[in-house]
Amino acid sequence: MTVLLGYLPTPEGDAAFLAALGEARRRGERLVVVNSPRSGAPVSTEVAPDTAVRTMTARAEEAGVELELRQAAHDGDAADEVLRVAGEADASVIVIGLRRRSPVGKLLMGSTAQRILLDADRPVLAVKP
Amino acid sequence: MDLAPVLDGFGVVLEPTNLLYCLLGVLIGMLIGVLPGLGPAATIAILLPLTLGIEPVTAIIMLAGIFYGAQYGGTITSVLLRLPGEASSVVTVFDGHALARSGRAGTALGIAAIGSFVGGTVSVVALSLVAPLVAGFALDFGPPEYTALALLGILLVSTVSVGDRLKAVTAAAVGLLLATVGRDSFTGAERFTFDNLNLADGLDFVPIAMGLFGLGEILYNLEERHRAVQAPSTVANVWPSRADLRQSSGAIGRGSVLGFFLGILPGGGATLSSLAAYALEKRRSKTPERFGKGAVEGVAAPETANNAAATSSFIPLLTLGIPANATMAVIFGALLIQGITPGPQLVDQDPELFWGVVNSMYIGNILLLIMSIPLVGVFVRILRVRATVLAPITVLITLIGVYTVRNSVFDIGLVVVFGALGYLMKKLGFDPGPLVLAFVLGALLENNLRRSLLIFEGDPSGFLTRPISGTLLVLLLVVAVLPVITKTVARRRAARPAETEELV
Repeated sequence: MTVLLGYLPTPEGDAAFLAALGEARRRGERLVVVNSPRSGAPVSTEVAPDTAVRTMTARAEEAGVELELRQAAHDGDAADEVLRVAGEADASVIVIGLRRRSPVGKLLMGSTAQRILLDADRPVLAVKP
Repeated sequence: MDLAPVLDGFGVVLEPTNLLYCLLGVLIGMLIGVLPGLGPAATIAILLPLTLGIEPVTAIIMLAGIFYGAQYGGTITSVLLRLPGEASSVVTVFDGHALARSGRAGTALGIAAIGSFVGGTVSVVALSLVAPLVAGFALDFGPPEYTALALLGILLVSTVSVGDRLKAVTAAAVGLLLATVGRDSFTGAERFTFDNLNLADGLDFVPIAMGLFGLGEILYNLEERHRAVQAPSTVANVWPSRADLRQSSGAIGRGSVLGFFLGILPGGGATLSSLAAYALEKRRSKTPERFGKGAVEGVAAPETANNAAATSSFIPLLTLGIPANATMAVIFGALLIQGITPGPQLVDQDPELFWGVVNSMYIGNILLLIMSIPLVGVFVRILRVRATVLAPITVLITLIGVYTVRNSVFDIGLVVVFGALGYLMKKLGFDPGPLVLAFVLGALLENNLRRSLLIFEGDPSGFLTRPISGTLLVLLLVVAVLPVITKTVARRRAARPAETEELV
């Protein structure tokens, strides 16, 4: 069993990481971080920068939690990728960050978080910064 | 040398329209230099229809800007992202990215920009001096000389270019075959037209170039998957230190000269010269082990050389009417669309065009030097656009563009067919460059060959009795036979030690 974190390099993502770290320590499980940019473009803001990866590994080490980072690119929807990895890694809980989005923005762009919440077949911990 | 036309040329460049198109050209050039996949040949091919409505000088100024601007742009992604945007910037990746990882991305970009500027400018100055001389010399050329020159050009492009030689020659042969389609200009007989009226006038250059370079490359690149990387942090400290400048000044000087000469050579061009300049610096260096680990010379030399070569490859086109590489072939096509046949008479008959284009390169290089560094952020932002968004737009522009040239649906079909051909060629390791070049030179070759045979009354030995064409044909023989000889010699050498070993 593992704790799965859907991570993006944003304040919400960082808040979710802290929550996921605490959860992994409490449950005594491995922490799997999914940081999957959408494929097709050479540069993506969704990729975690080296500094963020370094802080995450340092914090995990401090807390005595084993951390696994997965950065493979995905096609289609990010929610599907998170749910797929959750099944693969047999996650006991999925941790995601929530950001504020206006109803119109949600109508136009959809919401990855909402899809994960609705479609997941296991507990989801949604974190607000 | 008569200076008046040269100064008139500056007058032409400084017209607001031409300045604007020069700026537009170098901007587009830098942009596609940044985008991996789409090269200058493809972009110029796609933009060919755009040049129809504007003045010839303006059109060529813009297209030339795209070509040398692309050499600047390719550096940016090589250094920052380890992703060469252009084939001619592949070697820059080794040292450029190593510099960037040690926090000196600004230095690498600065040195590359300065090197490119110096290389480009040295090359334009040399071009201004050499081109009229070559053109004056070439005025004596008759049909036999052009026949030999066209043959030599096709052969050199197929043999010098990077990649499989046999495949390049095959592609060139197909190009020659395609050039024969249409009505015979001497006898009026129909060749390979299959009673199709659209083919009676022969295949048009525009759809072929747009299909092979444009559509073909887009299709091919859709398959490639880049691993997305994080957006690089902002670039600081662009001005290289004095020590860096001193270290790379030699490399910039040698790169300029090497690039200039390799650019003139058919099939040479920017890619080959950047490779050669890097190899030269590595061999000359007292500390070759630094190369690949962040040597400033390793960025300066190839970047200087590719810009010098991009500029000097205009010499054979503007003075002899022989394109030296694939991109020049497309610009040749653009000139033909405008009703201008490039050749030795261009300097005298159309000085405004000749000097306008040449002098625009001075201005363009200055523009590039000023703009390249401040725009890095914008370019990196453009790289966030996904191929699934970019490719359909480009295809749409290509297809609409080709239709506007002659308002012919048949041409759209041609683009699709040649796009598929270009995709398959790239997939199987054939370079479409020699095909397009041979197609362009095919008409020239055939017309001149038959004209000279008429002059010689059907006696082919006439080619050898004229000094220039004779020399060129001997050169042709050398180029054709040399690889075979070196191969057999190498094989024998390899075989001999084995024999002696057996004896012992």
